[in-house]
Amino acid sequence: MDKTQNQAYEEFIKGIWRENPVFVQVLGMCPMLAVTNSAINAFAMGGATFFVLVGSSFLVASFKNLIRKQVRISSFIIIIATFVTVADYTLEALVPTVHKELGAFIPLIVANCMILGRQEAFASKNTISMAVMDAIGMAAGFMLALLTLGSVREILGNGSLFGVDLFGPDFEPWIIMILPPGGFLTLGLILLVFNWFTVKKAQFIDKVAAAERSSS
Amino acid sequence: MDNLFWIFISALLINNFVLAYFLGLCPFLGVSGKLDTAFRLGLATTFVLLITALCAWFLNTYVLIYAPYLDLISFIVVIASTVQFIEMLIKKFSPTLFRALGIFLPLITTNCAILFLAISATNRGYGLAEGLVFALGAGIGFTLAMVLLAGLREEAELSDVPALIKGTAMNLIIAGILSMAFMGFAGLFSST
Amino acid sequence: MTAESETVGSAGPQMPEIVPESPTIRLVVTLALAGLISGIAIMGIYEVTLPTITANKARVLREGVFKVLPGANRLQKLIYVDGDLAPTADTRKDEQPIYAGYDMDGSFVGYAIPGAGPGFQDTIGLLYGFKPNTRQVIGMEVLESKETPGLGDKIYKDAEFVANFRQLSIEPEIVTVKKGKKSAANEVDAITGATISSKAIVRIINETNDIWLSRLPEPGAEPPLLEVQTEAAESAKTVD
Repeated sequence: MDKTQNQAYEEFIKGIWRENPVFVQVLGMCPMLAVTNSAINAFAMGGATFFVLVGSSFLVASFKNLIRKQVRISSFIIIIATFVTVADYTLEALVPTVHKELGAFIPLIVANCMILGRQEAFASKNTISMAVMDAIGMAAGFMLALLTLGSVREILGNGSLFGVDLFGPDFEPWIIMILPPGGFLTLGLILLVFNWFTVKKAQFIDKVAAAERSSS
Repeated sequence: MDNLFWIFISALLINNFVLAYFLGLCPFLGVSGKLDTAFRLGLATTFVLLITALCAWFLNTYVLIYAPYLDLISFIVVIASTVQFIEMLIKKFSPTLFRALGIFLPLITTNCAILFLAISATNRGYGLAEGLVFALGAGIGFTLAMVLLAGLREEAELSDVPALIKGTAMNLIIAGILSMAFMGFAGLFSST
Repeated sequence: MTAESETVGSAGPQMPEIVPESPTIRLVVTLALAGLISGIAIMGIYEVTLPTITANKARVLREGVFKVLPGANRLQKLIYVDGDLAPTADTRKDEQPIYAGYDMDGSFVGYAIPGAGPGFQDTIGLLYGFKPNTRQVIGMEVLESKETPGLGDKIYKDAEFVANFRQLSIEPEIVTVKKGKKSAANEVDAITGATISSKAIVRIINETNDIWLSRLPEPGAEPPLLEVQTEAAESAKTVD
């Protein structure tokens, strides 16, 4: 019992940091950059992706024995497209302004390679609970990345966060940050920081290992 | 006529699919290492975009007026089967071309630019001619962005770049600078 | 799907090995079943959300029309068929409708005409109010634009610029002039730093006028408000 709990926690946590879909696996870039010009858009996109990924993983894991190997990709895509359509209509009904801003990028969740990748690599081979934990972890990691990028770009580019003005009228916004180049540059710099952490950590582990060797 | 020209220039330069809409980034970052593969993939994508525009127009005119809610699912199915069909066709009639395109052809299915084209042509109510011109502009624009990035990356290979920044981070920053350069095309059409 | 996917190894240790050669008919049945279920799910959500979405769209349209036609609080959709401007209830996609606004007593206020055209960045879509008896634009609202934040987006954020369109003569046509140089009734003060976007707005209105003005009936002969058409206005009253 303890072991499965550990494993579930492990599946959950890996998506947030160690195998973060955006920062580490560099997947799902197109919605990632296109909608992160404000934190609220990033949040809506993250929410929709969360719903689609968790729902699809649950269904795929539930029906994994029924889905024939030869048609599995088609079945996954049908399942994902259904969830995306549901998310699309729900958002349009509940928050029409956000839906208008996100425009064609909500349907494009279907083409997010991260979602199909999780079905193929994980959900179709694991138990329902593990698949759902993995999906929640990955979706949370994706949401984290979206929010990071969206907040940085909105704070610098508009002087606000979630629409709340932060710096008052004297702040001169860096408009470039909420324009397309800002997306590329911000993500590039964030990846740089991520790389730096990874390299530092590797060096630290090496050092500890070396110290242990020399002491023994 | 004006309108067709605007659609073309807009998709090609001002609202370039890659540099302004962030579409097709997976192949953009993944396959832009070499100049000639980037160019070939761009051409193959343009071809698929044109076919998709045709299919989207057909679906919109004859099928989806009865069931508008099935648009997403039918676009996906049509794109996937079109790519598969083209793949078989090329394999049969020109094995040389097939080998040259390699795995890029099936990869095009997952290129979000294709789906975006179908969806936005629908949302904007484009007819057949407008859709085709839109696809052509988008495809050439995609090829242009691919070739530009590939050229810059080939140069960067030869330069002394710190190991930390090499890889995706650097490519994204290069793309950001390209995107900034493309911003200069804004107003190209309306300033007259 | 193809030979390629069949050659991929077994799907994993926990997945029980299915008979490797499933008959084609079973594959088709599986896919058809998946398609059917997903179709039903999509249709369900469509039916559930459709009323809200339609209501939202109608509300946005109403707010837009009433904004560009001060004093109006009822509207009806008009389409141009066979040389005649007639009220319609259908929502055919290929028709370009305009809207006629009426006040509380049902007397005619003006037309709200949608227009679109290239802006600085992407297509600008707008709606403007036109009063046929004085030949004036009496309001303008940008519905969609991707103009540069901080500069081009002043076409709808800058109250001074929008105010240009409250009482703007269209004779002989609208002209953009440098900020502060407005002297005639048909001139619009451009926004400093966003001249192209300002000019784009004016050009879109002029071009739309070219299409529509000849189609409008003589002032005074506007189509009267049909009572059938007022359900939108009724719900507007309860909302307001």
